Amino acid sequence: MFEAIAFYLFAFLTIAMFYITVTTSQALYALTALAAGMIFISAFFFILGADFLGAVQIVVYSGAVMALYAFGMMFFDTTREVQEKKGNQYLVVGLATISAVLAVLIFSAPIISDNITALYPVGTHGNTQEVGMVLFTKYLVPFEVAAVMLLVAMIAGIVLAGKKMDESLTLMTEEEIKDMRAEKMRPKDLK
Amino acid sequence: METAYLIETIIKIVVILLVFSALAGLGTYFERKILAFMQRRLGPMYVGPFGLLQVAADGVKLFTKEDIIPTNVVGRIFKLAPVITAATAFMASAAIPFLPSFELFGYKVNPIVSDINIGILYILGVMGVGLYGPLLGGMASANKFSLISAARGAAVFISYEVVTGLSILAPIMMVGSLSLIDFNNYQAENGWIIWSQPVAFILFWIAAFAETGRTPFHLIANDHEIIDGFGTEYSGMRWGLFFIGEYANMFFISFVIPLIFLGGFGDGSVMGALALLGKMAFFFFFFLWTRAAWPDVRPDQLMWLCWKVLMPIAVINIVITGLVMM
Repeated sequence: MFEAIAFYLFAFLTIAMFYITVTTSQALYALTALAAGMIFISAFFFILGADFLGAVQIVVYSGAVMALYAFGMMFFDTTREVQEKKGNQYLVVGLATISAVLAVLIFSAPIISDNITALYPVGTHGNTQEVGMVLFTKYLVPFEVAAVMLLVAMIAGIVLAGKKMDESLTLMTEEEIKDMRAEKMRPKDLK
Repeated sequence: METAYLIETIIKIVVILLVFSALAGLGTYFERKILAFMQRRLGPMYVGPFGLLQVAADGVKLFTKEDIIPTNVVGRIFKLAPVITAATAFMASAAIPFLPSFELFGYKVNPIVSDINIGILYILGVMGVGLYGPLLGGMASANKFSLISAARGAAVFISYEVVTGLSILAPIMMVGSLSLIDFNNYQAENGWIIWSQPVAFILFWIAAFAETGRTPFHLIANDHEIIDGFGTEYSGMRWGLFFIGEYANMFFISFVIPLIFLGGFGDGSVMGALALLGKMAFFFFFFLWTRAAWPDVRPDQLMWLCWKVLMPIAVINIVITGLVMM
């Protein structure tokens, strides 16, 4: 019984949060609702007994949404409402059609659900060990590919951002900063 | 059985909430007295014996102060932020075993709300979510200083979570479990982890100061600007909730450090339980000691320390631990 109560409570909360994320015009509401929705999703992992994935969901997504907040901080005055441009009117029609088809698919899925069985990769050792076993045996190649992609992203980030990494504005004197600015402006003036 | 379990859990939750809310208040008293002692002052001394009732006076002041919501703030987020800080601090405590299990009127009590087998990961994750309190408070405040301090706080937390996670990975590899009770049992058999992982211990301890936002890394509230950072616009009990969250976090981290590195409650005897409380008290005292003895570091120094010193050391520590274990 408690499982059912918890499931419906968190299902309602998750959907309500993501609804707010999509509909509100206030950047802070949207970001906060997004973070809350991500954290409420972890409840489903806990209900299903996948403790490790639940905790990882909290750790990873709370950090990821934090980065979004940083962007929000840089791009908007987050205490004002954002004026959105109303785009193509036909977009609404298209999106409504897609969501209608999706709704039909979701509700008709139980009809064929007898043919759907869950594939459990390994036996029960406790969550963390299980995830580790699967990650380093069956899914080793996707895991390594993901690692390589992250490495590429990291190197790209360092190359893009690291041009002046050996200079620190806080350690320079006023004159040095002025000289540096002047140096930077000169080629522009010549053009 | 299920009803008994439910009642037991609710009682545990209420006890933890009451005890640590009260301790947060008493913590401020200890902080003032210890800081005063180290700075050759007297500290609170007029209200009650040794100024002990100062805590009650402060409580009355916080509860009865007018709850001001300034104009131009994002109202709902502004009201929500302190609740997040306090709530996540107490949620993190769900996986901490505060004492060894004991018999009460013939009924076996485990003083842990839920012994999930990913205890440490859960505690660190929920403490990380606690950052949303200062961040949202600062961003919703419509105050530039609050916003800057929130940004600084976010940078510090995100950076030092890396150090916390990496430093704790080596002990986890040795124990082979993420549950704090397993950590305790491992150390009861094989000796304290600090002797085999001194580097991880130091790193985790340093990162704990950043996680709780205490003085050498106290960047979320700018003392040198004579304002309270993200809490500048808050008053009354909303500010009090931030406060309770910060102090509850300090107490919980002071429990977690001995449980992971210093043997926890040992074999579970009464002496072991008292020893755990003693270790907790030392780490809490150390937080206050540092505040009296150390100046704040600059944000760029903090980032330099995190990414160029602590993180490489943590990674090397993991590699060496792995090689030794192989």
